[in-house]
Amino acid sequence: MINNRTIVAWLKLAARSMEENKGYLTDLDAAIGDADHGINMERGFKKALTLISPVEDRDIDAILKTTGMALIGSVGGAAGPLYGTFFLDAAKALSHLNELSNTDLVLLFESGLKGIQRVGKAKPGDKTMIDTLQPALEALRSAFAYGTDLIEALRWMVQAAKEGMESTIPMVAKKGRASYLGERSAGHQDPGATSTYLLIQCLLDAVESQS
Amino acid sequence: MKKLINHPEDVVRESLEGFSLAYADLVKVHFDPTFVYRADAPVSGKVALISGGGSGHEPMHTGYVGRGMLSAACPGAIFTSPTPDQMLEAARTVDGGQGVLFIVKNYSGDVMNFSMAADLARSEGLRALNILIDDDVAVKNSLYTQGRRGVGATVLAEKICGAAAERGYDLPRLADLCRRVNLNARSMGVALTSCTVPAVGHPTFDLAEDQIELGIGIHGEPGQRRAQLKPADEIAEFLTLSIIEDGPYQRTVSEWNEEKEEWQDLALESPPLKYGDSVLAFVNSMGGTPAIELPILYRKLAQVCEKKGLRIARTLMGPYITSLEMAGCSITLLKLDEELASLWDDPVKTPGLRWGI
Ligand SMILES: Nc1ncnc2c1ncn2[C@@H]1O[C@H](COP(=O)(O)OP(=O)(O)OP(=O)(O)O)[C@@H](O)[C@H]1O
Ligand SMILES: [Mg+2]
Repeated sequence: MINNRTIVAWLKLAARSMEENKGYLTDLDAAIGDADHGINMERGFKKALTLISPVEDRDIDAILKTTGMALIGSVGGAAGPLYGTFFLDAAKALSHLNELSNTDLVLLFESGLKGIQRVGKAKPGDKTMIDTLQPALEALRSAFAYGTDLIEALRWMVQAAKEGMESTIPMVAKKGRASYLGERSAGHQDPGATSTYLLIQCLLDAVESQS
Repeated sequence: MKKLINHPEDVVRESLEGFSLAYADLVKVHFDPTFVYRADAPVSGKVALISGGGSGHEPMHTGYVGRGMLSAACPGAIFTSPTPDQMLEAARTVDGGQGVLFIVKNYSGDVMNFSMAADLARSEGLRALNILIDDDVAVKNSLYTQGRRGVGATVLAEKICGAAAERGYDLPRLADLCRRVNLNARSMGVALTSCTVPAVGHPTFDLAEDQIELGIGIHGEPGQRRAQLKPADEIAEFLTLSIIEDGPYQRTVSEWNEEKEEWQDLALESPPLKYGDSVLAFVNSMGGTPAIELPILYRKLAQVCEKKGLRIARTLMGPYITSLEMAGCSITLLKLDEELASLWDDPVKTPGLRWGI
């Protein structure tokens, strides 16, 4: 079962992962963007960690909302409003919960994805973080429908996220900075799709480390 | 990396600290959230003009804060759009009771962050409108991309709208003017070298000694295509013709509708330049190209304009919208009418642009 401690553990692992992968994400962004994605993400999650420490014991929505506000206020770029909205909208959908059922977890990702699409207007196939998030959500849903337990479902989710991330390599970008490259954006993995994969991987790690 | 900096993470802050010391008579700087604003703000009875974007394009935007231009500028990290709290706090500080116009370059990050800021400002009872600048002809269509980027026209829009705000234009009229400047401006740029983001430490892309990158933006991002380095005349001719021969450009933008109180999609078209038009010609250095080379480009630009029946009525030449130390240039042509030309001539007193006062 995911509770507020799991969510905090997730965000801590996410901050560490963004720090460790700062160079990797920035290099991916240098190829098709403007070489700032890793720097932006590291700054944002570092900020989120400092802001959530006073609310760590509160309900999950309070933690997610604080995270969203921290990201909007510190990441900048496209990723700031997008990831920020993900967490804010997830928080809105999960008010006053201390634990997440399987359905709630699906709702978290579903609401977050809808938020990203509302703000960024990207569709699957546009070579963005959506291409990781959408199949990952599908996999989570099918895993639960199939009756797997939480950890197994998250493993399915991570696998789908990985495939989604890799599926962006041949894509021609239609949103964000990479779209200016046209055909030249093909052959490179999307930085935002990659950071989304890392975040999902961190959720699995957080749940595994707690059980 | 060879730069005159102390620590990569302190570049933006320390630069702003020095900037506000050097120009204390013109501007003030506020940190956390970060923005630069007119020393005499708020100016009551005048619409406030706010722009912003990633740092690294100096003098844009902070250098254009002052009388006759911007009321405030919100610098983000290098090449990264600023965050909504910066624009919100800037709006609160400089609003003189007549509302705020946000001039936004069309990059996904800037558009999202400025839209959020405008929503927040309106929720506090401020009047706020956003106008997008998207003048870069290197981006061909808007259907399969984020749409054209905002480049050189941004400087021209900030100057012209700043003058109009000073003359007392109200918010809707100022928004119309800004949109008109954008629809009548086109730009195209070229890079001879890449640039190095301090926090990254190495150049954003590799470009061989004899290679150039055509159709670049202003963030060291790769351009439309690579080509062989050519003499200045050929490059200037190529850039100028790319602008003059660009056909009508259509796109749909999202603007706030004050009557309906909602964001609305608006179909806009930039008309192409035509024989007999008067233009403002703007030759810009990307930062690393020395001042001696710009007139060489201008010389060819003037010849091409003459041949194509365009009358250059005003000129701007120099490093006004840069990409750190990138060598290269951009050319912008803005079709002028009497109103635009006269607003261009109005006095301006900012750290980066100053005449008539
Ligand atoms: N409209 C969008 N919808 C969904 N994801 C997007 C959109 N635009 C960009 N992205 C994602 O954001 C990532 C880039 O994030 P990054 O932090 O580098 O912002 P940026 O594009 O450099 O922003 P800015 O334009 O302000 O510099 C892309 O890899 C892509 O996955
Ligand atoms: Mg980027």
